[in-house]
Amino acid sequence: MSTVQEIVRHCEVLFEDLNFNYVREWKAAKPGRKVVGFMPFYVPRELIHAAGALPLGILGGGDQLEVIHGDAYYQSYICRIPRSTIELGVTGKLDMVDGMLFPSICDVIRNLSGMWKIMFPKVKSRYFDVPQNYMDSIGGTFYINELNELRHMLEEIAGRKVTDDDLRASIKIYNENRRLVRAVYDFRAAEPWKAPSSEVYLLMRAGMILSVEEHNRVLREYLAAAKAQDRPKRDNSRIVLTGAFCEQPPIGLIKSIELAGCYIVDDDFMLVNRWEASDVAEAGDPLQALSNSYLHDSGHMAAKYEPEGSKKGLYLVEMVRTRAAEGVIFAAPSFCDPALLERPMLQRTLAKHNVPYIAFKYAENSGQMQPIREQAGTFADSIKLWS
Amino acid sequence: MSAKPQVEIVKEASMLKQKSMIEANYEKLSTAKEKGRKVASTFVPGNLNELIMCFDIVNNLPEINAIQNGMRKKSGGLIMEAEKRGHSEDVCTYVKADLGMIAKGNLGPDGQKLPDPDVLLLSYTGCFTFMKWFELVREQYNCETLMLHVPYEGDGHATKNMRDYVVKQLKEVIIPGLERVSGVKFDIDRLRQYLKESSKAEDHFVWVLESAKNKPSPIDAYFGGVYYVGPIFTAFRGTPDATEYYRLLREEVAQRMKDGKGPITPEGDFKGEKYRLIVEGPPNWTSFRDFWKMFYDEGAVVVASSYTKVGGLYDLGFRHDPDNPLESLADYCLGCYTNRNLPSRIDLMEKYINDYQADGLLVNSIKSCNSFSAGQLLMLREIERRTGKPAAFIETDLVDPRYFSPANVKNRLESYLQMIEQKRRGAAPKAAA
Repeated sequence: MSTVQEIVRHCEVLFEDLNFNYVREWKAAKPGRKVVGFMPFYVPRELIHAAGALPLGILGGGDQLEVIHGDAYYQSYICRIPRSTIELGVTGKLDMVDGMLFPSICDVIRNLSGMWKIMFPKVKSRYFDVPQNYMDSIGGTFYINELNELRHMLEEIAGRKVTDDDLRASIKIYNENRRLVRAVYDFRAAEPWKAPSSEVYLLMRAGMILSVEEHNRVLREYLAAAKAQDRPKRDNSRIVLTGAFCEQPPIGLIKSIELAGCYIVDDDFMLVNRWEASDVAEAGDPLQALSNSYLHDSGHMAAKYEPEGSKKGLYLVEMVRTRAAEGVIFAAPSFCDPALLERPMLQRTLAKHNVPYIAFKYAENSGQMQPIREQAGTFADSIKLWS
Repeated sequence: MSAKPQVEIVKEASMLKQKSMIEANYEKLSTAKEKGRKVASTFVPGNLNELIMCFDIVNNLPEINAIQNGMRKKSGGLIMEAEKRGHSEDVCTYVKADLGMIAKGNLGPDGQKLPDPDVLLLSYTGCFTFMKWFELVREQYNCETLMLHVPYEGDGHATKNMRDYVVKQLKEVIIPGLERVSGVKFDIDRLRQYLKESSKAEDHFVWVLESAKNKPSPIDAYFGGVYYVGPIFTAFRGTPDATEYYRLLREEVAQRMKDGKGPITPEGDFKGEKYRLIVEGPPNWTSFRDFWKMFYDEGAVVVASSYTKVGGLYDLGFRHDPDNPLESLADYCLGCYTNRNLPSRIDLMEKYINDYQADGLLVNSIKSCNSFSAGQLLMLREIERRTGKPAAFIETDLVDPRYFSPANVKNRLESYLQMIEQKRRGAAPKAAA
């Protein structure tokens, strides 16, 4: 069995490889294999998998990519993820990608979908809309039709039919993935000193690159190895981190928060991994099953409309409660409309429930961690002293 | 230095008509409660004005309040008030101006207290921020929120699925909700009547926009255009008042064409059209007059703009259709400018450059508005590549006075116009050869 360090190192190598060599090798291993990229926060990866293609989560270029071309496409007041994604595209780092999906998250990613059509006309790309109406007969019908359109697009990319049986099989394997991801999150919340967030983060990022079968294996191995390994328990504060669902913070930021005395016991870094709270139905009409899960069993985030004002932000209070967290860190990318517009509403809900919080902004290439460490450290101390 | 003599501007009949319409609507809003009328807050793009009128509901438009406050130099303080209350400096200033106004007692631009809405009618068309805006406003009021989700035309066209989804929401969510709030039963024939009226106004409006194809253009389709869109984008579409406004405007513009006149500016008739521009993006409102003056002082007239399409794209042929009322409302919402994908937007700008014989494209990039701004630099490159005409870029904001730098804007505009001159000089020998 691999050690924790070996597993994490494997994930780290995948994370640092901006040429996506794993993906290239996966594609080259069998003729006709296809890769479909997707951006945050959610796409039904089951459909891509059912078409025999590899879903590739694209979360920007991080802090190791020098953005030269990408900056020429964006004004200074637009976040960094679209510019580094363009950089990845124009420098050929995504030349193995056969299709791209741009989920309904904000106006920037929405417009990036159109830019992609112009800049990379040979890549089939689609803006992937999700319903903001959660009634089965209205939003559900719309969504199932959208899923069907996506299925047809993927069939064209893959050159094969995607049958309901293919879809049911993919749902089954992604259910396993979701269960394992939830198990890792539960384990971290229970014993955060044994599963540092910098490790869990890399583990989840690996799921954006690896085939789901391979990711399931890595998750199982990590859980077993991490549970077996003793690590010193620190007197850290337990916090939930929120607002980082699209452009990702540098790994150094996550480490800084931990070094400052915070255990991150829940987060929204990669929502696609655990968007559904429970399993998607494995029997019956698979598109109906995916729709049911989206409408009635999916998570909360800023790009999803909350129909009932009185419920706004209560999921975060509930998360704090179930994870036994002592506070919330709002960490949002600069110029991120969804996260920054959402933040005051969530903060008011937390204040009503006496949950302490702090807030800061970052960019994926933020280099100076000292202010973050000081802020997080002060927050951790204040929780210990005053809460 | 002696003061410049004041030029007395004669207000044209259409201007007076619009002024009285706007004043009447603010009056209607401020007296709505005492008169027992219900009030809806709703947005401009994808607004359902004809439907709202079917329920005798008065229409309050937060963006218009923000614009009006911006033009009256009030928005800066309102934005700072919202930022003081925890709103990020990075986000939309329309939102912050509105929230700041509510926080400071909800006095409208005319100084009258705006009524609390009875319903928030969220038309989620072409701008993600709208959804967050209404969630934020909802915190302030204990009232019903009706959400109309209009899907984005990601592939450049509306599909049957999108249209059906919008119609279904209208039938099963929006109409029953408005019936509940107003106590008025929905009458589809009343809606048809309003839509018929809308379509008349839309015909006049398109005629006015297209008058800019003449040389010289009798209108400025951006700075003047934002006045022309007022009635049709807001609380008046579907009313005889709006039709009358556009009829008057059309007559006036026709007369200007006959007289060979250029557009009207705040300093009188514009003379000597030197440059014909297409402008992409909303204007700056806090220094609107100064901004406009920079253009007409240089002889630049805007012959077509994207901003005047944000509340409906009529010049590509769409008209509200009384024979298909709900489907027509759905098509209207789906087709608003910022709900179209970027390639379609670029195609439209290219078409304008050709159809209006423009010298080039100027992008006014708005810090607050990612819906417009993200992708504009690619648009600029594409337009230059496709048309060979120069494109350029200035940066301002909607209603945040901190982001209007007159010297920078003026410099960039002047440089751009020099580029056009150079292009013309460069093109002349080739043309002669």
